[in-house]
Amino acid sequence: MRLPRDLHPVAWWAWAVGLAVASSCTTNPLLLVGLLGTMTLVVLTCRSDQPWARSFRLYVWLGAITLVVRIVFRIVLGGDVPGHVLFTLPSIPLPDWAAGISLLGPFTREELLAATYEGLRLATLLIAVGAANALANPKRLMKSLPPALYEIGTAMTVAISVVPQLADSARRVRAAQQLRGGPEGRFRRIRGVRRLLVPILEDSFDRSLALAAGMDARGYGRTGDLTPGQRRATGALILAGLLGVCVGVYAFLDSSAPRVLAVPMLVLGMVVALGGFALAGRRVGRTRYRPDRWRLPEVLVAASGIAAGAGMWAVQRWEPQVAHPGVLTTPGLSLLAVAAALVAVLPVWVAPLPLTVARREAVLAG
Amino acid sequence: MIELRALTFRYDDPPAPAVLDAVDLTIDNGELVVLAGPTGAGKSTLLGAVAGLVPSYTGGTLSGDVLLDGVSIVDLPARERAHAIGYVGQNPAAWFVTDTVEEELAFGMEQLGLPAPTMRRRVEETLDLLGIADLRHRDLRTLSGGQQQRVAIGSVLTAHPRLLVLDEPTSALDPTAAEDVLATLTRLVHDLGVSVLVAEHRLERVVPFADRLCLLHGGGKLEVGDPAEVLREAPIAPPIVELGRLAGWDPLPLTVRDARRKAPALRERLGEPPERARPNDTAAPLVDVRRLVVAHGRTAAVRDVDLTLRPGTVTALMGRNGAGKSTLMWTLQGRHQPAGGSVQVAGSDPAGLKPEQRRTTTGLVPQSPADLLYLETVADECAAADRSARQPSGTCAGLLERLAPGIDPGQHPRDLSEGQRLALAVSIVLTARPPVLLLDEPTRGLDYPAKHALAALLRDLAREPGHERAVLVATHDVEFVAQAADDLVVLAEGEVVSAGPVARGVAESPSFAPQVTKVLGPGWLSVDDVAAAL
Repeated sequence: MRLPRDLHPVAWWAWAVGLAVASSCTTNPLLLVGLLGTMTLVVLTCRSDQPWARSFRLYVWLGAITLVVRIVFRIVLGGDVPGHVLFTLPSIPLPDWAAGISLLGPFTREELLAATYEGLRLATLLIAVGAANALANPKRLMKSLPPALYEIGTAMTVAISVVPQLADSARRVRAAQQLRGGPEGRFRRIRGVRRLLVPILEDSFDRSLALAAGMDARGYGRTGDLTPGQRRATGALILAGLLGVCVGVYAFLDSSAPRVLAVPMLVLGMVVALGGFALAGRRVGRTRYRPDRWRLPEVLVAASGIAAGAGMWAVQRWEPQVAHPGVLTTPGLSLLAVAAALVAVLPVWVAPLPLTVARREAVLAG
Repeated sequence: MIELRALTFRYDDPPAPAVLDAVDLTIDNGELVVLAGPTGAGKSTLLGAVAGLVPSYTGGTLSGDVLLDGVSIVDLPARERAHAIGYVGQNPAAWFVTDTVEEELAFGMEQLGLPAPTMRRRVEETLDLLGIADLRHRDLRTLSGGQQQRVAIGSVLTAHPRLLVLDEPTSALDPTAAEDVLATLTRLVHDLGVSVLVAEHRLERVVPFADRLCLLHGGGKLEVGDPAEVLREAPIAPPIVELGRLAGWDPLPLTVRDARRKAPALRERLGEPPERARPNDTAAPLVDVRRLVVAHGRTAAVRDVDLTLRPGTVTALMGRNGAGKSTLMWTLQGRHQPAGGSVQVAGSDPAGLKPEQRRTTTGLVPQSPADLLYLETVADECAAADRSARQPSGTCAGLLERLAPGIDPGQHPRDLSEGQRLALAVSIVLTARPPVLLLDEPTRGLDYPAKHALAALLRDLAREPGHERAVLVATHDVEFVAQAADDLVVLAEGEVVSAGPVARGVAESPSFAPQVTKVLGPGWLSVDDVAAAL
């Protein structure tokens, strides 16, 4: 029986990253639409009623805008591609130094399809991120950071909760400033901004100071019996490791960099950073209240997303015609591709029911 | 258990006299110690020094020693004292770190590194101890003031501190919620043996529970002793003590019950209660509200409210946190559009007016007067108010001089005391000469003398010859209502549950009765009445 609870946020992110990889591996519109449908279905069935769960719609809009912008750019900048002309706009040739680019001009069906496929791929990628945002509780995600990063995690959690508070205080100050007149004459709008900013900033500074004092009074940042030397050593290890990882990634992606900087640097950096984390983690005197556990549903959800990513990568590798059908032929499908696009729908059946106010009240009513 | 030795604190820039001057105080296990003193005397500073937040968050120099079980902890930062000293600040909402009740209760324990099963058990125990088990999953921002205060206390209690330090825990609460919080505190002292050090303005609420009373005088000297002894000469005293002083009772009664036993003799001397002079009840009303409904989304914040305000009258608006007091005020101002019923303020519907017209019909002073202020000096604020109200320059400064004489015009508004800042905000909104004045919770953070002054001021403003105003003031402070108001309106869940003259309103409900009424019976409202009758 599936009891309502929050799924581990890392599981949702693994699932979403898998889907993002899958969508970046293909331009086949049928597969992309399949991925979009999968994500939408899972979000609608598995999201809770918390504020972040409503952010999915925002990402869908963002995706749609991306698609439209992509097509408009193609209309403006395209041209000169042979094919079936849909309509012709007056062409604006740019001067010679612009290297022969001309604006507008004829627009072909092939261009439209290419722009749509590319835009759809980008939109799917964005919506995958949106799905993760809507499904995973951002605060619990911060809490699943390794103990060494606890302090950064708490700082981020506090930062997240500051935004609604800032909105509250802005609303209050706006209403209060209406109670007295503002500056008049020219530039009064610009000078009026100060009337809002000064009280809001004062309020938020006061709040931050109060919060810092409150966290301090409740033991946040206790060092216990750690000596300053030990703390500095751990910090140095972590920083050096992360720097190594950055250099490694850069060299790995930039083929002109010396090869010795690539994989060896990446591995070395990771080892050093992990060592630092482990060292810091072992010395942390903090514990966690009701930590999220990694159980069977988490494994299945994460695996289904990763399977989608891996499957689509395989399609790209061995069935390039299916993954990138081009704009001249009708897109085709294969069993592997369809399976990869649809496997990520698994959370609909395996993820625990989302926690909602109604379900909590039902429990209380008993 | 905790001992302060010759604790001295002063701000260095600019060099100022000591805020705390060689303070000595010892608090034993299971003791409830109340800290009192005029506004700005340094109560919060003393509490902060015990918790370790002073001087790290305030600047200044602290000397002397703080001992916990004989070990000096004065150099330890607050976080290293968290296991032994639990500190609850003035505004709990600003202190919350997480966003649900349960996580907030666990936060302190996570920092201390307690094992998970212990944390789970303590969270459950604390939820029960404070009676907030049904709120465990609630968002902290949706809680009422009293609930937030109890969560704040709970969040430090879970760490099982030996000493609980509270800075004005009931200042923002309605009388009933305040009783709840104080009852919780006494229960902690009795059942768990926790020591409590609590600063409080409204002594009438805490003094009956106190083992000892500390009085912080202006120059930073601390006087410690039995509450009845300390209060004999104290410049700030709850009404019941003032009554006792007036009647020459010895020892001074601290609870209503003690005072009642001594009251019969005084009552005979006093005779019949005085009739308070009523303002003119036949004047045409300035504010006329009929069957008003105001909704936030789908929930009605105010429903079927009738309200009449006449010139020359001070009306008090009381009710729980969230009963709709602020909504009603902002509706009279015109910001909220009524969903039903009619509102007439000085002959027009405020929601249909332009902002500058609204300012000339109603002056509203919001809950935090600082929201109104944005300039660097008091003089600038006054000049800006004159300009925007198109009044001759000096109007606002003149009002301020009348309300709070002697403010340096070059001062920054943030450096003013609570009472002075309130006076500045009142002057600014009154510059536009509105006939209706609305004040939302003006008594927060004011001590007895300041509240007394405010009460007199509101009565003066209402009855100003040739310029009578209707004044509506929302407050939780029954003693203030007894001093200032002619009429009392009580709201509950957005509905008016009682309305009428103050003497009748407070006699009808025991929880809204001021101490003098509780002791001497209906008709007697404030110590001033008794003094006049003697």
